Amino acid sequence: MPAREVLDASDIRRAIRRMSHEIIEKSRGVDDLVLLGIPTRGVWLAQRIAHDIAEIEGHAVPSGALDVTLYRDDLRLRQVRALEPTDIPSVGIDGKTVVLVDDVLYSGRTIRAALDALNDIGRPGAVRLAVMVDRGHRELPIRPDFVGKNLPTATDEAVRVRFVESDGDDAVVIESAGEHAR
Amino acid sequence: MSMIIRGAQPYGEVAQDIEISDGVISRISPAGSPPEEDASHDAFDVELDAAGCVLLPGLVDLHTHLREPGREDSETIATGSRAAAKGGFTCVHAMANTAPVADTAGVVEQVWRRGVETGLVDVRPVGAVTVGLQGAQLAELGAMASSAAQVRVFSDDGLCVHDPLLMRRALEYVKAFDGVVAQHAQDPRLTEGAQMNEGELSGRLGLAGWPAVAEEAIIARDVLLAEHVDSRLHVCHVSTAGSVEVVRWAKARGIPVTAEATPHHLLLTEELVASFDPIYKVNPPLRREEDVMALREAVVDGTIDIIATDHAPHPREDKDCEWAAAAMGMIGLETALPIASQVFIESGLMDWRALGERLSVAPARIGRVADQGTVIEVGAPANLVVWDPSQSTVVTPAMFESKSANSPYLGRSFAGTVRHVIFRGRPTVVSGEVVS
Amino acid sequence: MLGKHLLSAADLTRDQALLILDTTSELAAVADRSVKKLPTLRGRTVVNLFFEDSTRTRLSFELAAKRLSADVITFSAKGSSVSKGESLKDTALTLEAMGADAVIIRHGASGAPQRLATAGWIDGAVLNAGDGTHEHPTQALLDAYTLRRHTRGGHGDLSGVRVVIVGDVLHSRVARSNVLLLETLGAEVTLVAPPTLLPVGVENWPCKVSYHLDEVLPNADAVMMLRVQAERMAGAYFPSTLEYSRMYGLDARRMALMEPEAIVMHPGPMNRGLEISADVADADRAVVVEQVANGVNVRMACLYLLLGGASSEGQGSQ
Repeated sequence: MPAREVLDASDIRRAIRRMSHEIIEKSRGVDDLVLLGIPTRGVWLAQRIAHDIAEIEGHAVPSGALDVTLYRDDLRLRQVRALEPTDIPSVGIDGKTVVLVDDVLYSGRTIRAALDALNDIGRPGAVRLAVMVDRGHRELPIRPDFVGKNLPTATDEAVRVRFVESDGDDAVVIESAGEHAR
Repeated sequence: MSMIIRGAQPYGEVAQDIEISDGVISRISPAGSPPEEDASHDAFDVELDAAGCVLLPGLVDLHTHLREPGREDSETIATGSRAAAKGGFTCVHAMANTAPVADTAGVVEQVWRRGVETGLVDVRPVGAVTVGLQGAQLAELGAMASSAAQVRVFSDDGLCVHDPLLMRRALEYVKAFDGVVAQHAQDPRLTEGAQMNEGELSGRLGLAGWPAVAEEAIIARDVLLAEHVDSRLHVCHVSTAGSVEVVRWAKARGIPVTAEATPHHLLLTEELVASFDPIYKVNPPLRREEDVMALREAVVDGTIDIIATDHAPHPREDKDCEWAAAAMGMIGLETALPIASQVFIESGLMDWRALGERLSVAPARIGRVADQGTVIEVGAPANLVVWDPSQSTVVTPAMFESKSANSPYLGRSFAGTVRHVIFRGRPTVVSGEVVS
Repeated sequence: MLGKHLLSAADLTRDQALLILDTTSELAAVADRSVKKLPTLRGRTVVNLFFEDSTRTRLSFELAAKRLSADVITFSAKGSSVSKGESLKDTALTLEAMGADAVIIRHGASGAPQRLATAGWIDGAVLNAGDGTHEHPTQALLDAYTLRRHTRGGHGDLSGVRVVIVGDVLHSRVARSNVLLLETLGAEVTLVAPPTLLPVGVENWPCKVSYHLDEVLPNADAVMMLRVQAERMAGAYFPSTLEYSRMYGLDARRMALMEPEAIVMHPGPMNRGLEISADVADADRAVVVEQVANGVNVRMACLYLLLGGASSEGQGSQ
């Protein structure tokens, strides 16, 4: 069962551009913005959005990484996981508008963990969520503020976002049942 | 009681039928021969099948710990006798480190009497060399020798007679009654707090080392003392290649020294200690592969005269703990012959006649036990062991007659097993089970 | 990833050691936050089983476990009148009845953690906090972590880093664990001690050996001083503390022989004036206090990696 490409590199580029505009608009400027990508691919996405925002506004936006492994609610279900890097920009998050950035939004549990992590790090003024793909099937009351693409999927399908930085090319593909699960 | 053992091979040689009556071997005839015409009975009281089995004189252990009096929680003379019989022994020498110490005629007679009452093996008490094993003052060696126990072997085993003057006096004194001093060679100052063989492994494991020189230096001193005063010396549980060299040198000079090695020192090495499992903790400690090989060679060429078990029972709680807190010692009566058979017979290093020397004849001679370790011939006392090479000895806690189970061979199995044992003309073990 | 227990540095592969050190780097950030707490081990019970007195290591483990939200019980057996040997098994059975997920054990007998891990008395993970003169793996890990931060520009690769360890190697579990771990990580270790304080067979250890401290100091990236116990004089290991200091103590004169960027380490507690002079202990290049802070983070990493996933029955226990 071959994978089905639903977004190619140009689609991704345009989506990121649009999300960057939306973020700027919704935040009424970028002064208090901090982008935190959730490793691994959320980090690349956050960097690209930061880059686009800087181009549009002429003003740099701090971006970093927030690893949520230690806050996951499913730790005891499988073998212990290695930690990914966390890099909070030096401006910190207190009072800031933190935009969490991830590649795929699915059950929402990763974002719940990210909110708990943020809570222990400081007190943001607001938290927003930007994702490349929203594939539905939420298990928690979490909703994204900025979405690259809404992709209704079946639960036995897998959505893979590929970024050049880690996967060699840019694409979003859907893999049917039988390919490796999440 | 009249008995016949059918089809056994004395010393592994030709199959014979051996008849026994009134405690002695009464007739030996080729296997399957018809009975004598003038036979005074129609049938034997006991008939033992021994087809395909080896017949040896009953084994004699020169080094056993029966723990009674004082540590009956780990072994008694009764349970130890059962263990000895199960292992093919008809005589054991019970070491003196009991509580109270066997340093008077009273205690040795008590031990001897218990052995007689149990009636499964000859229990020959070993007398302590020094009072209370304190190493300060000679015990009443003469009184012990003249007692009903007729002690001939003296040892502070567990501890070393380290004072050279006392060792000299003891060697001199026992000449009067043809006694022998059996030394546990371990210089106390070089082995304070020692836990395992000193070497690279002990350095890596962080366990205090017991250097080979602590054994070798004492043996070197003692053989020279024995030469000087012209007295017999026996060295307990030789464990190092260097010790073998010293004994060999001494014998070449004509010094009256004999030496023993234990089955575990002939089989196991210090690598096992890396598990920190105290089942492998013993004194002297398990040594290197080179030492095991040197000991085997020495047993074959006779530099080591005998194999002795150093059977050392300990209750579970003394081994169920961390290494440093654990007691030293392994039981061994019931696995001695299987191990000796594997190491020496199966490998072709020795034949049964020679192994019989090491396990029965020579120990009896050293201990001056007149009616043990005798030649298998008509008129000899009937102390015999029948060894069946076709069955296995599977070592499980349930198998032991000994009260304790601190054996490093649990879970192992050896080819061959003791099938029958005859003690003073009566069977003590039949088909592998001790008769009550 | 790590196996069920952490008993010795010898058991760690290079990948496992790096995993622990990298995890430590991530967890170190927690110490700088206002909320110094992670929910990761919530609901787990960690027992500190200390048969040897050691306030500093015990507190370090306690803090590490608490920062991960684990419940911590401390059992301190020193001074209590339990007979030797009996106490370990019975204590273990009691802890098992209380539901310990992990037991951190410090014991005076080499091999005690191994017994605890293999005797079948408990089900949980065993972490060796120092056993006799055998090993102290978390100390070696925090030492390696400290070394990574101060050598080769702090980039984390210890290959070829020259470490000198000075002192009573014979009785030092810290030395043993460090030699093993540093070798795994590619560092070059030199041991310096009088012959009486070196174990038999040390020439076969994966390190160099020298009796002469002055010759070795100029070529070191880090010098680790081990604590020397004055009581060792009773065993005739060295004639006097004065002679020991003269020949093997790190004082200001010797420190001046070291490269300017080289650091001085000590597992603590220090005998100021014996193996290390007060000048050196308080010098900028002495990172002893940082080692303590790193210790908490390293122990958090170890606890996380041992307990942070599904419980590892059947994952090839030690």
